[in-house]
Amino acid sequence: MQAHGKPGTGIGARLRRKEDARFLAGKGNYVSDIAMPGLMDVAFLRSPVAHARIRAVTAPAGAEDRVFRAEDLGGVKPMQAQSGIPGYRASDYPILATGKVRFVGEALAMCLGRNRAEAEDLAGEVTLDLEELPPVVDMLAARRAGAPLVHEHWGDNLFLTTAVDGRIDEVARTAPVVVKREYRMARQCMSPLEGKGVLAYWDDRHGQLVVVTSTQVPHIIRTGLAECLGLEQRLIRVIAPDVGGGFGYKCVLQPEEVAVAWLAMKRRHPVRWIEDRREHLTAGANARQHHYLVTAYADRRGKLLGLDAEVSVDVGAYSVWPFTACLEAAQAGGNLPGPYVVPAYRCKTYSIATNKPPFCPYRGVARPGVCFAIELTIDAIARAVGREPAEVRAENLVPASAMPYNNITNKHYDSGDYPKSLRMAMEAIDFAGIRARQRRGEADGRRIGIGFSTYTEQSAHGTKVFASWGIPIVPGYEQATVRLTPDGGLEIRVGTQSIGQGLETTLAQVASEILTIDPARINVVHGDTALTPYSTGAYASRSMVMAGGAVSRSSTVLAGRIARIGAHLMQCRTEEVRLAEGRVFGPAGDVSLEEIAKVWYLRPDQLPEDVDLGGLEATVGYRPKVDTGAFSYATHAAVVAVDPETGVTQILDYVIVEDCGTLVNPMIVEGQAFGGAAQGIGTALYEESSYDEAGQPLASTLIDYLLPGTTEVPAMRMQHIETPSPYTEHGIKGVGEGGAIAPPAAIVNAINDALAPLGAELGETPATPRRVLAAILAASERQAAE
Amino acid sequence: MKAAAFDYVAPQTVAAALDALDAEGEARILAGGQSLAPLLNLRLATPKRLVDIGRIAALRRIEDRGDHHRIGAMVTHAAIEDGGMALADHGMLAHVAAGIAYRAVRNRGTIGGSLAHADPSGDWPSALMALDARAVAAGRAGEREIAIRDFLRGAFATALEPGEMLTAILLPKLSAAARWGYYKIVRKAGEFPEAIGAALFDSERRRARIVIGALGSAPLPLDNLAARAAEKGIEAVALDAVEAALREAAPDLDRIALRHHAVAARRAILEALAP
Ligand SMILES: Cc1cc2nc3c(=O)[nH]c(=O)nc-3n(C[C@H](O)[C@H](O)[C@H](O)COP(=O)(O)OP(=O)(O)OC[C@H]3O[C@@H](n4cnc5c(N)ncnc54)[C@H](O)[C@@H]3O)c2cc1C
Repeated sequence: MQAHGKPGTGIGARLRRKEDARFLAGKGNYVSDIAMPGLMDVAFLRSPVAHARIRAVTAPAGAEDRVFRAEDLGGVKPMQAQSGIPGYRASDYPILATGKVRFVGEALAMCLGRNRAEAEDLAGEVTLDLEELPPVVDMLAARRAGAPLVHEHWGDNLFLTTAVDGRIDEVARTAPVVVKREYRMARQCMSPLEGKGVLAYWDDRHGQLVVVTSTQVPHIIRTGLAECLGLEQRLIRVIAPDVGGGFGYKCVLQPEEVAVAWLAMKRRHPVRWIEDRREHLTAGANARQHHYLVTAYADRRGKLLGLDAEVSVDVGAYSVWPFTACLEAAQAGGNLPGPYVVPAYRCKTYSIATNKPPFCPYRGVARPGVCFAIELTIDAIARAVGREPAEVRAENLVPASAMPYNNITNKHYDSGDYPKSLRMAMEAIDFAGIRARQRRGEADGRRIGIGFSTYTEQSAHGTKVFASWGIPIVPGYEQATVRLTPDGGLEIRVGTQSIGQGLETTLAQVASEILTIDPARINVVHGDTALTPYSTGAYASRSMVMAGGAVSRSSTVLAGRIARIGAHLMQCRTEEVRLAEGRVFGPAGDVSLEEIAKVWYLRPDQLPEDVDLGGLEATVGYRPKVDTGAFSYATHAAVVAVDPETGVTQILDYVIVEDCGTLVNPMIVEGQAFGGAAQGIGTALYEESSYDEAGQPLASTLIDYLLPGTTEVPAMRMQHIETPSPYTEHGIKGVGEGGAIAPPAAIVNAINDALAPLGAELGETPATPRRVLAAILAASERQAAE
Repeated sequence: MKAAAFDYVAPQTVAAALDALDAEGEARILAGGQSLAPLLNLRLATPKRLVDIGRIAALRRIEDRGDHHRIGAMVTHAAIEDGGMALADHGMLAHVAAGIAYRAVRNRGTIGGSLAHADPSGDWPSALMALDARAVAAGRAGEREIAIRDFLRGAFATALEPGEMLTAILLPKLSAAARWGYYKIVRKAGEFPEAIGAALFDSERRRARIVIGALGSAPLPLDNLAARAAEKGIEAVALDAVEAALREAAPDLDRIALRHHAVAARRAILEALAP
């Protein structure tokens, strides 16, 4: 396959990532790499039980000044994420457990030591007096009357119930084909290579609390810290150094960030907390757990007539700040119809509190679950009507001729050709060849299956969408600063954050497109509230669209000023000059950006009187023409081999055909898709945070929590469709999350395709050997009984 | 998590190691650290003293002792995988070693550490039981030999007495006619298995062994089934027959675990008996 990419250094070039030089040389600088004189370590004493009333937390004698409990954090407010959705119940998420503990791993005390080992020694000596309460662990049990209550004063365990009540009764009465299914997606963890980490100190010179934290959203963290600590925001500076993956875990305020920031103010020496893997797996980044009851109505050809669904999300004990406990269910209800024409739709969602760690928005937010539910349903409909799933899928997709298309939940699909992505994927994976191979059978007795999954990814969805959820932080505009340095280089400053997704390269490419400066001479500055324009940060696949748009706009303003100075130096009219190759060309000669910069900064005597005093620095804001988002989409195709005796599944081939609008850097897009798909493979086959009935986490190390590795992630192939968004600068659509959305559906569809001749079907992730084998054995028992 | 504080000694001889084990306070042997280090970091093990046996040269040797090989306890998985020494095992140990974890773990993890740790899901316990190997335990009173079957007492339990250490494994030489099979069901490469099947048929030495591993207890020998397979061949060990034999020997297995272990055993048998 030929590598996709344009020549040059601007938009579309397959440029190597600028940031990789330091990463590959091991020179990245993460929170835990930072050394400071007098730095002390914090270890959190965490609850050993899922649900209990706190009678007492007692420091060992002599260590009272190094152990901090909820009652010691006078004046620190809990995190409270309000939502404007009627009926939503906000929880108070305490910085240290207050009154009750509500999940295993909830922080009860902060212990300080000269190093982490000493801090852990101290934590081991703190005595706990806890009165255990019955926990509620299963989300469906939590919905039932009489279940133990996570927050007693609510009277039940529901953060929120929503309903889309489309008229579906008529369809239900008359539809010739009815398919009912139950689906489950397991709870899992995000597992970035770098966990959370925060280091805080008081800076006397600036009179500021400096909080260095591994975050996707430094400006939001500042707002959250200010609220919890009761400080003015000008007194807080948040710095995000290199961030080793975020995936959503790092776009919310963590109680540890607040606690450590408070401690730095109290102690007036640097303190830090570095999350370890066990904390991460048990008390940290919980995500994904959904339960679906789906009834689909179709005609005899498998064309969808209506969809009726009930979605339950196990949100855990508290709502994260600022994205609330309802983001997931709201997204699920809104996105379930997927890329399909769904004439009638009804959906109820439940956001359920349980005695588990709080649910965070994870790459793809709700859509991996939603995609899993709808895509398995499409295949189930196809089997019910006896047709090829790929054909039924193609016929139900929104056709290109209908674009732009408002779907049944009012999502505005801006552009693209969804069926084409499916056709291309079928061809790339040799659909016909696989079907022929299946007829021949495998020498080793395994069964081959092929599965598809098509999805849309609402990227950079802006103000209206978030405002409708009424959450504390609503994203809107994005600003970027561009500044020519006195020697003709460029500095870009953005408030969004690179968390490994290559922004230091792609934003430089956008600037290079306009200013024709070599990206090697461009620095992207981010990750510091003191140095960058305000931004709500990196999430919702928004950075490339929003910050890319802002860099484009500010570069355009800067280009105009450069042109004027250049024209003056060449004694021609501004309209006569153009920028190319890092120079300004006039009718009779040219002048370099370096010379122009030198004149502005160092030889202003050569400038005209009426020069633009804004100079060679510009901060410009941006917002797309619509704020309903730019919809990327893709089809993933998987070929698997299932061992019917063991249930072990191996991925044989994997293809992605994606349209994310204008490709800023095809190599980075492919990297995003492959990385996301690797995580999706984890969801599909390996990752599971299970809990026992007492609410004890059963996957507390990487022995129990399986992540896909190099041997499990196949060499994926990718093809691009490039349909620019009509609404965004350069037609860019977001791409960060998409890769993770489709794999669970594509892979489990492939497994079900392999098992179809056995009459077995799976509706749950991860598709472990145990679950696959159970489905096979259940089918053979059913057949034996018949 | 960081380990709780401990003392550390690194003796040069087995005698010195036994002294260090015997001294006051709770002591623990450190071999490759691939199981112990995580236990220390999670504070699931909090010994007062670690006795690092990595500097005892004698424990790293493999010696030919006529009808068997003596494999030092500190021989690493990687050394066995690389097969520097012909073991008269038809390559079974090298095959098993290559399937343990990842190379980084194999570089440090040792056959003695693995056996002494007696993780039910570990590879060496099942493989060495199928091979009728013997463990050599050294204590103040000298050395004693224990058949692997007796050495492995249960999950993480061995016949080692307090103050004793494992110094070697004695591996009987196989005849030219011997055939083996080893099959693991794993969720992903390098992970601990869901089920292990090990099979050994040595007609010349009149030995037939089928061992089921990863059961949650010590590996389980199915001698009757092995004898039948040796006598009647593949037909005697259809999946149903293996499952029935296993159900009888391990009645607590649930449906899926039963199937997994039976399939692993059967595939090991087929590998050994395949023409
Ligand atoms: C990621 C990972 C994956 C793994 N996957 C597998 C796998 O697939 N299959 C498998 O079999 N194993 C696997 N292991 C375990 C590995 O094989 C270890 O090497 C083995 O379990 C222990 O050997 P060790 O030399 O590291 O012993 P250590 O960890 O040093 O010691 C283990 C225990 O044995 C005791 N001990 C060690 N040596 C002696 C001795 N000579 N006498 C008495 N007591 C002793 C120690 O005190 C300790 O209690 C894995 C380990 C890791 C980290």
